[in-house]
Amino acid sequence: MKKNKSDLIRYLFFLSAILSIALIILISFFLFKEGTVIFKEVGFLNFILGKDWSPTNTPSSFGILPMILGSLYITLIAILIGGPVGIITAVFLVYYTKDKHYRFLKSIINLMAGIPSIIYGFFGMVVLVPAVRYLFPSNGNSILTAGILLSIMILPTVINLSEVAIRAVPRFYYEGALALGSSKERSIFKVVLPAAKSGVISSLILGIGRAVGETMAVVMVAGNQPRMPKGIFKGARTLTTNIVMEMSYASGVHRNALIGTAVVLFMIILIINLVFTIFKERNVNG
Amino acid sequence: MSKIKIKDFNLFYDNFQGLKNINMNIEENKITAFIGPSGCGKSSLLKSINRMNDLVDSCVTNGNIYFDDKDIMKTDVTQLRKEIGMVFQNPNPFPMSIYNNIAYGPRTHGIKSKEELDKIVESSLRKAALYDEVKDSIHKSALKLSGGQQQRLCIARALAIEPEVLLLDEPTSALDPISTLKIEELLQSLKDDYTIVIVTHNMQQALRISDNTGFFLNGELIEFNETDKLFTFPENEKTENYITGRFG
Repeated sequence: MKKNKSDLIRYLFFLSAILSIALIILISFFLFKEGTVIFKEVGFLNFILGKDWSPTNTPSSFGILPMILGSLYITLIAILIGGPVGIITAVFLVYYTKDKHYRFLKSIINLMAGIPSIIYGFFGMVVLVPAVRYLFPSNGNSILTAGILLSIMILPTVINLSEVAIRAVPRFYYEGALALGSSKERSIFKVVLPAAKSGVISSLILGIGRAVGETMAVVMVAGNQPRMPKGIFKGARTLTTNIVMEMSYASGVHRNALIGTAVVLFMIILIINLVFTIFKERNVNG
Repeated sequence: MSKIKIKDFNLFYDNFQGLKNINMNIEENKITAFIGPSGCGKSSLLKSINRMNDLVDSCVTNGNIYFDDKDIMKTDVTQLRKEIGMVFQNPNPFPMSIYNNIAYGPRTHGIKSKEELDKIVESSLRKAALYDEVKDSIHKSALKLSGGQQQRLCIARALAIEPEVLLLDEPTSALDPISTLKIEELLQSLKDDYTIVIVTHNMQQALRISDNTGFFLNGELIEFNETDKLFTFPENEKTENYITGRFG
């Protein structure tokens, strides 16, 4: 009787464990099944390298290069701003805060991670867009604005993972550097951070993944013009916003093209995760 | 001649008094050993000399320590640590190449020229009796060295910034007997050029290598004398009990 019960529990656990694996396989299967239709229709290379997205024109054209580049530029700006700020914040949390302040700051950062992206989007719309419009001659809905907003949104990811990596560096490296007459800053930036390098890089990679996938906040500030990006003060559309803006009314080939966009996005995320895993492995191995 | 003078020095961790009214003079070009049971304050005193205790938030001190007649609390701490090098209990080479480990200190203090750094690296490794063992792998990771080699690398790294004093905090307690012997020989050879202070658990080690020995107990300096005298004719009963192995 007892044995049967423990067996049952074991199976229950096993089922829960394979549920998530089954789900990811299911998602991939249907996404690729539906999404690859467009690749056959217009050709994979034409699809991802095509510069013209006019799904409702006759003849229609389905090129998502503008969106790929839009995602790329916005993510690049996000990581160029959010990366350094996040890493320095993590250093601050580990080496410059007292316990009491640390707990306060940490709870704020965790709160940041929990704020719905639509709220960030709203903040971007009422604060960042006017600010960019004021500072640079543009209408404010731009690659730069979206990049800045995303740089804020990826901070919790970068900070928390970098913090773990920095904290994992043995204290005696830091003390060893100080004992050589090295300043606190030099000890941290020349000894501790290099020792935490792979963990810090994986935090950036995960931040990139988060930025690439973000939708709601971006759609509210990026301008969303489906054309080749024309500079950081001009609007652009990303892979995610391309889908969310048109899915509600698309049908037929147009709908297939949007699912195809999702497939491309999914592949980018898979690649990012693969790179992340490689860096994480390296961290473990020394 | 005294290199370091400790005067009426007290140290507290929160409400616990770790060191009580310590007075001692550490002589130049001699090896001075601090002995005593765990928690007696010997390491706290060592770490006070190059102000590593500054890192401990709860640590408060009063009294004075003079290094060449300069009050260490009034000296710039990075300059102080350049002149007073330290080697820790567990070998702690940085996770970088042997070369970069040694060049780290000189670079910190402004030496950029590659030729100069090359010279420093080689001479430091020679001084630490490590050069012949690592000369072919100088650009390989320092973490690949054995424990004893790592500790000698740490000594080389400390020597590379040309300190006048070398503080060692139980440098051999994590090492095997052969590595320990090598380090002891090394310290003997270094004392002509440096003033050495070593904290050790091992009384035999103090007896083997030191010129002067201080015995600490419960935060007090019980006895401080020439090593031979302290071990053969201890003046204090507590010292005698400790060195004859009655406690500790």
